Amino acid sequence: MTTYILRRILLSIPVLFGILFATFALGRLIPGDPCRAMLGEKATDAVCNEFIQRHGLDKPILVQFGYYVNEIAHGDFGRSFRFSKPVGELLMERLPITVELSMAALLVSIFVGVPLGVISAVRHNSWVDVVTMLWANTGVSMPVFWLGLMLAYIFALALKDTPFQLPPSGRLSPGLITVPFYEIWGLELTPGTTTFTIVDFLSRMNILNGLLSTDFALVKDALVHLILPALALSTIPMALIARMTRSAMLEVLGQDYIRTARAKGLRQRVVVMKHAFSNAQLPLVTVIGLSLGGLLGGAVLTETVFNLSGVGRILYEAITARDYGIVQAFTVVIAIFFVILNLIVDISYAYLDPRIRLE
Amino acid sequence: MSQEVQVIQSLDAEGLALNSVSLWNITWHRLLRRKSAIIGMVILGILIITALTAQWIAPYSPIRSMLDVAGYPVRPEKRQSPCIHAFGCPEDRPQHIMGLDGNARDEFSRILYGTRLSLIVGLSTVSFAIVIGTVLGALGGYFGGWIDNVIMRTMDVLLAFPSLLLAIAIVTVLGPGLQNALLAIGIVSIPAYARVVRASVLSVREMEYVSATRALGGDAIQILFRRILPNALTPLIVQGTLGFATAILDAAALSFLGLGAQPPTPEWGAMLGAERNQVFTAPHLVFLPGIAIALTVLAFNLLGDGLRDALDPRLAHVS
Repeated sequence: MTTYILRRILLSIPVLFGILFATFALGRLIPGDPCRAMLGEKATDAVCNEFIQRHGLDKPILVQFGYYVNEIAHGDFGRSFRFSKPVGELLMERLPITVELSMAALLVSIFVGVPLGVISAVRHNSWVDVVTMLWANTGVSMPVFWLGLMLAYIFALALKDTPFQLPPSGRLSPGLITVPFYEIWGLELTPGTTTFTIVDFLSRMNILNGLLSTDFALVKDALVHLILPALALSTIPMALIARMTRSAMLEVLGQDYIRTARAKGLRQRVVVMKHAFSNAQLPLVTVIGLSLGGLLGGAVLTETVFNLSGVGRILYEAITARDYGIVQAFTVVIAIFFVILNLIVDISYAYLDPRIRLE
Repeated sequence: MSQEVQVIQSLDAEGLALNSVSLWNITWHRLLRRKSAIIGMVILGILIITALTAQWIAPYSPIRSMLDVAGYPVRPEKRQSPCIHAFGCPEDRPQHIMGLDGNARDEFSRILYGTRLSLIVGLSTVSFAIVIGTVLGALGGYFGGWIDNVIMRTMDVLLAFPSLLLAIAIVTVLGPGLQNALLAIGIVSIPAYARVVRASVLSVREMEYVSATRALGGDAIQILFRRILPNALTPLIVQGTLGFATAILDAAALSFLGLGAQPPTPEWGAMLGAERNQVFTAPHLVFLPGIAIALTVLAFNLLGDGLRDALDPRLAHVS
């Protein structure tokens, strides 16, 4: 297993370099003066000269790439002129919001999609099956930004003044102040250290922060605000997961050993959950891995619709302001993040199916 | 009894004529047995007809504001809700079955013209990606070695990005606009086709009939195009049909973000994006373009799934 993991990690290094090279090349393809593209039209000549010096822009292209890799390896993503802040700092502030949203959406899609898939396979061709498949087909066809807007309309306007009313935007109700859990715990942390970065990152996820500081009013408020965006974002992966679970289960349920298990007189629940579902998990991991990319892409749209100040929202603002630096940096970071997620998926795949690591 | 069985039986009776049942014939009959595929084809048929006849069936110009229409009886209101005479809208008001948009343009006409654009988006990106993907996949699969390595590792890098984000990054660099958006979506969808073609090439490269062609003096081009690539046709058709769906969704997303089609182009994603802040006051301007996108994407998804089952009977029972 360890050899497999090591080999898998080594294999992703060329891909990481490829990602760096691709984003580097994209940065160089920006028409016009690279300095003004990165620092904005108003940058003065002196500032630009310093910028060119620092990033080696007067050197050969391969050396420039070296500078670029070196900067990213040191977590230096440059400065955003739109937000006048280092991009790295912006990322650490905004990424937790995107992670929280994507995690919530992923959990919703798994916890709804898997049971639906199992039920429709067990009750093949019943009304549950027909409805689930119909919905799965429409689910994958709906633009997530449209779905988000429609959910906002239904739950914030049409259901206004009913118990189902939900807030259409933002992460918390206005006026609610959050205190990072480490301050409540009385931890003395120095900004700039790795521990601080990690703890601060975690504390920016409202739900986690609320749970850790046992502030349940905060947890409830954050959850209420998260429902609609998570629902919108989860629709496509949920549909994919339901469909994949169903077909994997149908395939397994037709096997001889299932008939044997039934013939032994085992209860339906045991046959379905123990004998069939255990063997249908592998394709499930694959489809979850495949949905991750869509989730991250969809997060950009969902955050734009629901005004959540995550990575996606900032990317949208950066695009509008032509802040190429942010777009470039965020693309790199999300791609690296995506590679790591895929690595985890691959490893869990090998964990679930011993045949894979022996190949 | 299903049509397919009938066809095969009737041909059986004629003995030798069995050769003339083409794969397409069988596929077509299988496709007709699936309700979802039929629904997909019907929607698609309607969309194609709409796209072809938009200039005759659209009541107004898609880019002209009602404020500029001479002889317009009443003062048009921006974001006016639908006015349908059959549903009680006063006869003296001009009929706008989907209302007016933020610039007082007829929403219905814009949606109709949008069909045209969506189908063009799908067609152009998918054909671009198929051509490049096929060439790359065939080269890699057939020649192997370092060519294959270089090509497939490049594809891996493209796949390492969440596709919409890569498309966003490309368009940001190239500059917003429909053409650049299409190019970006085309580029990010190349790997899927390259992989499909490469897999098919690898699976038949060492077959006897390929060796036979080689022994008969066939050159690489002939072997590749005449003997090997036809095997990649069915998975490509399925992938391409489903690719239409993704391309249309992604293009709509880019336009929604302001990176794709620019105003006043009647593109569904852009129309939705322009009015997204008005969702509470003029929900029809958000609802209707979204339905149009969803229907189009659904049609391609249903047809693609149907084609996959029809072309690969082994999968028919699972999906």
